[in-house]
Amino acid sequence: MAADWIVFWVCAPISIGSAIAMLLQRNAVHAALFLIVNLFTVAVLYLVLGAPFLFAVQIIVYAGAIMVLFLFVIMLLGVDREERLVERLRGQRTAAILLGLGVVGEVVFAIRAGVGFSTRAPAGFGAANGGGNPQALGRLLFRAYFLPFEVTSILLMVAAVAAMVLARRRERPVASAERRAQEPIEPSEPSEPSEPREEEPVG
Amino acid sequence: MRTPIAYFLVASAALFTIGSVGVLVRRNALVIFMSVELQLNAVNLALVAFSRMHGSLDGQVLAFFSMVVAAAEVVVGLAIIVSVYRRRRSADVDDVNLLKW
Repeated sequence: MAADWIVFWVCAPISIGSAIAMLLQRNAVHAALFLIVNLFTVAVLYLVLGAPFLFAVQIIVYAGAIMVLFLFVIMLLGVDREERLVERLRGQRTAAILLGLGVVGEVVFAIRAGVGFSTRAPAGFGAANGGGNPQALGRLLFRAYFLPFEVTSILLMVAAVAAMVLARRRERPVASAERRAQEPIEPSEPSEPSEPREEEPVG
Repeated sequence: MRTPIAYFLVASAALFTIGSVGVLVRRNALVIFMSVELQLNAVNLALVAFSRMHGSLDGQVLAFFSMVVAAAEVVVGLAIIVSVYRRRRSADVDDVNLLKW
């Protein structure tokens, strides 16, 4: 028994199980916690596949930063909201599950045709990973992939600016939610196009 | 490495499918977003597995870029969800029907 075999059979079922559990949770916070479990197990699979740098990045960026951002927004929007379970389109859920099974069957068939279930990876990453995986990755990133790397920085900057612009409170057109909560008696505000609906337990 | 690469690819396909079923089935915009993250993550797993199979690091670089794009996407998407929530007091995708015919 090779170690990677054991690690795979421990981590892959946990990751798929936690993904399914995430799907079945009605509470958004629980779904986020299951997603964190899933991200951790996928990070361990990266480690098995010889990508220690991506293992660290996965845990720091995904399970750390992105999931904290998610939890932050969930808390901001209210934790106690639960989803309505009524289907708006009849049969949507069954159709989605059937189509999902179709996709997974199709992809497994494609993997069998294209890769084959007995193909094993070459023994070592030695040649590609000369001097360690992060070093080799950095060399590749700053030589062959230098332009995409710089474009990525522009993307991140644009995303930061976009987040600030989108989340900014505009004074007139959108009456801010907090002001409405603080001053319940507001002198006849012009009728908004989207008045909040009454007592609808939305999730 | 004794585990065949195809096993990782099948796990990745399963995760991707669960993510897409989540996008189709769930109503809460945040959970839909988490399902999208799951899909991106599944694709990353496939990329790393292919990188291992071919013995080159290009797949890992691609997975790295896809992580960066996912981070940017989450930032913008969550800002949009917060701003929709401010207007509609709801994070339910069915309530956002302004563009519906």
